[in-house]
Amino acid sequence: MVSPKTAQKLGVGHNVAGSGGEHGKIYSDVAEISLANSKVTAAMWILPGQAEGTVVLPLGYGRTRAGYTGSNKGFNAYAVRTSNALWATGASSSAIRKTGDDYPLACTQYHFNMEGRQILATGTLEEYRKNPNFANEHAELPPKELSLYKGEAEFPYNRDKWAMAIDLNQCNGCSACVVACQSENNIPVVGKDQVMRGREMHWIRVDRYYSAQSPTNDPSSYSAALDNPETFFQPVPCQQCENAPCEQVCPVGATAHSAEGLNDMVYNRCVGTRYCSNNCPYKVRRFNFLRFQDWETPQLKLMRNPEVTVRSRGVMEKCTYCVQRINTGRIEAEKQNRPIRDGEIVTACEAVCPTQAIVFGNANDPNSRVAKLRAQQRNYSLLGELNARPRTTYLAAVRNPNPELENS
Amino acid sequence: MSAGQPPLDSPEIRRLTPVLGPGHTYASVTDKISAIVLTRPTSLGWFIGFGIAFSVVGMLTVALAWLIIKGVGIWGISIPIGWGFAIVNFVWWIGIGHAGTLISAILFLLNQKWRTSINRFAEAMTLFAVACAGIFPLIHTGRPWMAYYMFPYPSTMGIWPQFRSPLIWDVFAVSTYGTVSLLFWYVGLIPDLATLRDRAIERPAKIIYGMLSMGWRGSARHWHRYQSSYLLLAGLATPLVLSVHTVVSFDFAVAIVPGWHTTIFPPYFVAGAIYSGFAMVLTIAIPLRKVYGLQDFITMRHLDNMAKVMLATGLIVAYGYFVEFFMSLYSGNKFDLYLVKMRLHGPYAPYYFALIVCNILIPQLLWFYKMRHNVVVLFLMSIVVNIGMWLERFVIIVISLTRDFVPSAWGRYSPTFWDWATFIGTIGLFVMLIFLFVRVLPAISIAEMRELVAETSEEDK
Repeated sequence: MVSPKTAQKLGVGHNVAGSGGEHGKIYSDVAEISLANSKVTAAMWILPGQAEGTVVLPLGYGRTRAGYTGSNKGFNAYAVRTSNALWATGASSSAIRKTGDDYPLACTQYHFNMEGRQILATGTLEEYRKNPNFANEHAELPPKELSLYKGEAEFPYNRDKWAMAIDLNQCNGCSACVVACQSENNIPVVGKDQVMRGREMHWIRVDRYYSAQSPTNDPSSYSAALDNPETFFQPVPCQQCENAPCEQVCPVGATAHSAEGLNDMVYNRCVGTRYCSNNCPYKVRRFNFLRFQDWETPQLKLMRNPEVTVRSRGVMEKCTYCVQRINTGRIEAEKQNRPIRDGEIVTACEAVCPTQAIVFGNANDPNSRVAKLRAQQRNYSLLGELNARPRTTYLAAVRNPNPELENS
Repeated sequence: MSAGQPPLDSPEIRRLTPVLGPGHTYASVTDKISAIVLTRPTSLGWFIGFGIAFSVVGMLTVALAWLIIKGVGIWGISIPIGWGFAIVNFVWWIGIGHAGTLISAILFLLNQKWRTSINRFAEAMTLFAVACAGIFPLIHTGRPWMAYYMFPYPSTMGIWPQFRSPLIWDVFAVSTYGTVSLLFWYVGLIPDLATLRDRAIERPAKIIYGMLSMGWRGSARHWHRYQSSYLLLAGLATPLVLSVHTVVSFDFAVAIVPGWHTTIFPPYFVAGAIYSGFAMVLTIAIPLRKVYGLQDFITMRHLDNMAKVMLATGLIVAYGYFVEFFMSLYSGNKFDLYLVKMRLHGPYAPYYFALIVCNILIPQLLWFYKMRHNVVVLFLMSIVVNIGMWLERFVIIVISLTRDFVPSAWGRYSPTFWDWATFIGTIGLFVMLIFLFVRVLPAISIAEMRELVAETSEEDK
């Protein structure tokens, strides 16, 4: 990994591949790095915000016997790691030589710019003090009465009304939620080849945006804005829209709305037209393009969560708000003849979040944590102008940059 | 024939470019058309052409088998681009399948005599194109063996299809269109099948044509019923020509994807469908009349008229492009605006410009009489328009999906070998069916040509 400026000096860059593209496959120039009498050839990845003149070599890749998804992926940086320079060492720039080859890297988000859209609302503390409601003023939200079905009352959601609030102030992009979700929900590991085709299966993803305006929006063509951009992270699970675009286009009714506002997938009804995914503005739906699950290896059967269906090929899947945990919680509450308590049901992503950025709960209960967060002025809906009315909402990131650091 | 004809139909012009070559009698028309099927020896060229098409169909079979075994992951589709070649090809084929019914039904109701010699094979082409199109919605699903869920059958679980989905409307629209086109074509064939039965030399041919002609004896009562049923079917088929592609366009217009969600889509898709359909009729008619010496039946007047229809529908399509573009600018919708920018500057810009060249610029040559009467130019032009219309669907379906709402999800699409194998395979299937059709059924309606002989000879008097 190198900074954009260093990459420019070395003359290395990226090429977006035709298949997968920005959401999959990026060809990177390969360079040979000579250190301590040995060499490693590695693909150069340009990372905006990295310190200039440094090269970061991630350890743990380039393994030769690591199974179907692990073998022969990446480069083995241990080759240049010596016992007297375990973590860092200096070298002249002549130690790096571009080889002229390129290497495909799996990259799930290459486009870092929000293109002026209301995706990840951010502001400074000053802006927030001036206008605490800034996150909701980017776009015009359609009024709820605007409907073709006049006179039809809005569904009241009298029972529990599940909702999630994600505080972008607290998210640091660690991706623990992605891993927790993967193991909770029996999500298959598809491997590099499928990720490079744009088919990773994670039900929650962490989007990363830089607050940088560069003419090409491509980190591999240098622009001073990329030297030290602010970086923002946004976990995106299914938004569980109340007015879900996916539900209206499914020809067989395989994705339907529950009385508690969950957008449920009926796996055994799904025929796999993928129309729902095309119509999902958040692109959170995941499709089993092939049979991604390993049904043969007996050990893997023990690994899976018995409460969650193992999906076969040809069906769509997506975040369920950990519906199995909701049901467990409800059964427990019904046994004791009491309502479900706030915090009793914890989704997998919420459970692991080290900064507690993800909060799940019943929005009908005014004392629940999620209801309180939803009442905040920082609370906004992703792409609210589309009138999908997501149940997952975000709290705008408010930063308080130190002016001395900014100006130095 | 009657008042209100365009000036090109004036007697002078008609003499120059008749709908039927001079000197034909009932017998000569019947001989010439039925000879292709019954007496002329099958040429080596037919066997070679059929053989090539048949082996391409073999490739299609392999591609489909592999698809069923492995899953749709063998194609280039991914998560932002959930629909790729399969849907592009579906819309393309369905579009091609529009000209036949338009020629047969609408021109029949409008009493356009020039349709007579081209309607039969145009209808056949429609059927074959709909057959090719019909493959795709089935196989593009993740679990094609479950596709029957889309039909409203009495399920013990009481589950119905989800009628708000345009895909369900598609199921009904396309299957209705296929059925009515087949009926219309078959009803029109009955008198000719009887002619073939009567003229067939070999016994199996006599039996097969005899069964297919359903006891047609050509009595006045038969003709009476035939004509009223033909008229009724024409009336039934006419709204379908407009409705099928309208419904297909709803697949896109109803969705919220920028570049799909447009009210111009229904008329613009219908015009585009007729445009590509006429292009395909020309692509087939020009070699057909050359190879089988049918220049007297499919005259320059036919080609000229078809070229004019192409020019008119092409202009509607051009207007559609313009409106799409204009509405994005005028609405100020940032998602639509960005998509327009991507069409012009994005990674797929060459396809967009190729589409403009194929569909708008090159067909402007059809304004010139000389171009419309140059068979080679017309043939090449029809190929160009077919390519252009395919590109149009690619631009609409794929490019829109690569750049939708959330920039983090943006991706790109490129077809795999299996995408191409399936696409080319359906072209092979289409060509193979055309070859079979020309060989075993009269490619031109004998009965209607006889009527034309009667009418033109009356005019000559």
